[in-house]
Parts: sequence; structure tokens; C-alpha cells
Amino acid sequence: MEPPGSIRDGEASHRQRGCCDVIRIVDYEAGNLTSVRRALDHLDIRCRIVSSGEALVAGLSGSADRIIFPGVGHAGAAMRRLRERALDEALVEAFQRGTPILGICLGAQIVLTASEEGDTPCLDLIRGHCPRFELIDPGLKVPHMGWNEVEVVRPHPVLRDLREGDAFYFVHSYYPLPRQTTDIFATCEYGAPFPAVIGRDNLVATQFHPEKSGRVGLSLLRRFAEWDGVV
Amino acid sequence: MVSKRIIACLDVRDGKLAKSVKFVNTKDIGDPVPVARDYYEGGIDELVFYDITASSDNRDIMLDVVSKVAAEIFIPFSVGGGLRSVEDCRRVLLAGAEKVNVNSAAVQRPELIAEASRAFGAQCVVLSMDVRAVPVTPDIPSGYEIVIHGGRTPMGIDALHWAERGERLGAGEIVVNSIDADGTKAGYAIELTRAIADTVGIPVIASGGGGRPEHLYQVLTEGHADAALVASILHYGEYTIGELKRHLHEQGVKVRMRW
Repeated sequence: MEPPGSIRDGEASHRQRGCCDVIRIVDYEAGNLTSVRRALDHLDIRCRIVSSGEALVAGLSGSADRIIFPGVGHAGAAMRRLRERALDEALVEAFQRGTPILGICLGAQIVLTASEEGDTPCLDLIRGHCPRFELIDPGLKVPHMGWNEVEVVRPHPVLRDLREGDAFYFVHSYYPLPRQTTDIFATCEYGAPFPAVIGRDNLVATQFHPEKSGRVGLSLLRRFAEWDGVV
Repeated sequence: MVSKRIIACLDVRDGKLAKSVKFVNTKDIGDPVPVARDYYEGGIDELVFYDITASSDNRDIMLDVVSKVAAEIFIPFSVGGGLRSVEDCRRVLLAGAEKVNVNSAAVQRPELIAEASRAFGAQCVVLSMDVRAVPVTPDIPSGYEIVIHGGRTPMGIDALHWAERGERLGAGEIVVNSIDADGTKAGYAIELTRAIADTVGIPVIASGGGGRPEHLYQVLTEGHADAALVASILHYGEYTIGELKRHLHEQGVKVRMRW
């Protein structure tokens, strides 16, 4: 392990390692797609937008390619749009092939079995569901919006630059709750602790928005671009 | 717990900063992009750009500013000023803003809030309200009235009622700008901010009157605000973002201290 935070934006490391192949960003009219693309452009990480299941898996390799699965909005509407574009099955296939996948925000919720938002069956890549915040504390303002500290509870290559006190930008009313605690890599606190980063095998997903979280967020995106999918 | 936010406000006219900003390189004077970048690197939590361009012919210049800012700064920022329709909002969001700020146009046509909220989600819609203290009347039971046109036009609407209605219509946040406190640097309107923060269930951003770090402390604690808007005290280099945050942090207010 390198000392944490040794490469914040990671640009030197990027050139040395000669990564990366093109990151495929899943397009299902999720709000934050362009801000993710802008952040990758800023980091000189090549990416392209894919809008169909066919395009998502065409020529997809196990660990040379990467997928970012962003998302803002309603779980039910998102699942409907994924199905319309056959992106739901393609994501499952990519996960099974071992391609590193990064889910963001809603993309961190609909990888679970189901969401309580509209009682929506989801992709089931990780077993679990997505409850709403009010269930913890009726006095909380929902959505949870703003900067909040994230604490790593299990080491993960994508989180290696995180230091104590690093905060990320959140906007959400539901949160991911995997059935197995071993699928939780980082937590955050809002009324009570909740999972902020979840993952299983080659899938890692952040409830916060790395693309809107300043340098610590860019650094996480860089680490994802270098990640081979092995935890 | 979620941190209290410090939000820097930049007024932009015809694509240039409307107020001088002290510490920017001479060659960049008036360009909002390097100022936004400086604030971003200095630890600001969020930015808001108010387009005060008078002529509608020059509105597209703002979109250019927005896309340049979006390519360089990776924290949330919102854009307000002159947004009258969902289409206006869409253009700003597509150019890279995280949120839109609606003010006068929403007072004149409240459906704008609902339309924008349906189209983009409540988290994208910030309702900005200009408020003035007035004598209590049956129409204005709180003694706080909504004004528009920079305070010149009283609307006969109670600010607390408007805040509640804005939330119901789908606003995700509310900016409370006190016309009385604005420009005084004598502190935020604490009672007004608290009255609105205690009325709605969405985050409230205090605006107007911030002149010293203690003012931010006061409004974020006694005023129950979730965020404080700052302008001149940063623009004129009176305090750095780090100084403001250190003060709050030392007083026990949760703020983002690493960036």
C-alpha cells in the first residue's frame, strides 16, 4: 500500500501505468452523466457514452474496460429506462464477466435487490434493499444534501486515497443497505450510520457524487480508472 | 452529521464579474472562471452565479461562463437570474450547473417551481426569496414581506407562507435574502432566517449581511440555517474561506475542513 493521499489527483500515476482503456458511461438519461464525463475529461481519462445494452457489452473485456453507472432520480423510472434499452441485462452480464463497474448515487441503489422507492425490483448484483431516511429519524431533513464525512470500514483499492475527515457531496433520500455487512466498504452518518460505499467483487458503488466532491472525489475516480476489479 | 455549507455568490453581468475581486491576477480581472477556481481550491463548498445581465441578447454569454466553470470546478454550483421557464432552466443545467435559482419569476408565476421540480427533481430547484421586514398586517402576519426587483416592488405576500408554498411546489432548498441586511455587513437577519428554517423541512441558505466570521457562526447556530451565502467579505479579500471555516470549526460548527 502506498501512503494514503500520496497521489491526490493521481495524474503522475496515470501516465506511469499507461492506463486506461475507455470508460463506458451508461446513458439512460440519468441527470449526472455529463458531470461525470466532465470530471473524467479533466483527469484525461478517456470515456464514451453508451446508450444500449448491445453497445455496453460489445467487445467488453473482463478487466481492461471499465463501466460507470451514474444516476439521479427515481428508482422505478430508472429501472424502466434501463430495461427499455436492454441495459439491465447488459449490466448483469458485464458484472459476471468481471468488468470493473462504478455505480454512483442512484447507481449505487439499483444494483441492490430492490428499492423501497416505488417498491422497485432492481438489478440484484448485491443482495439488499434501499430504505428511506425517515425510517431512522423523523426529524431529519430529507433529502440528505451536502458534504458529509465518509469513513472507510473495509479497505478497497478505489478508496485507498481517503483520509480521516474527507467529506463527499451527497444528495439522496434513500440509501443502499446490503444484506451482508461484508458488502459495505465505507459508511457515513446522518441521524445514524448508513452505507456510503458498497461493493462486491468487481462492482463498487458510492452513494455520494465523486464528480462533485472536489479533489477527494476526482482522486476516487482516478483510482477507479486504475482498478482491475480485484478487491 | 452533514456539514454546514459556505456558499460564495458571484454576480455576473454580460459574462463579467459585477464586483471587483481583489486577489485575482490582473489579466483575469472580471473573468468569473478563475475566481470560481480560486474559491474551489480555497475550500468553498458551493458556488452560486447570479446573472444580472440587463439585455436578454446577452444571456447566452452566461451559458458560456457556466460551461467553462463546469469544466474546471468539481463541486456543486447553481445559477440564477432571469430564469423564467423550464427551458431556461434546462439550458443552464445542460451547460453544467447542478441547480437553478428561481426568484422573481417564481413569485409572479409559482407554477415555475413545480414545473422545474417535475422536470429535473427537487434537488435541482432552489427558491431564492428577497424579504423585507414590514409592520404586521392581516396579509403579512409574520411581518416579513416578499419583494422583487431588488426590493423595489413589495408583493403583499408573507415570506413564511411563500416559503411553505415553495416547498410544497417542489423547491429543494430556499435562499432567504434579507433586503434589510444586504450590504450592511452587520450580520445576517437571524430571526427571519430562523423563522423560515423552522417552518420548512428543506435546507435554508441565509443571505445578506455577512461581514465577519461571527456572523456566519450566528446564523448557522441561532439562525438555524444550513448554509450561509457570502460575497463581499471574500471578494474584497477581507477573509479567506479557510479563515471563515476555521472560525466555525473552532466554535464547534461542523464544516468541511479538508479539500
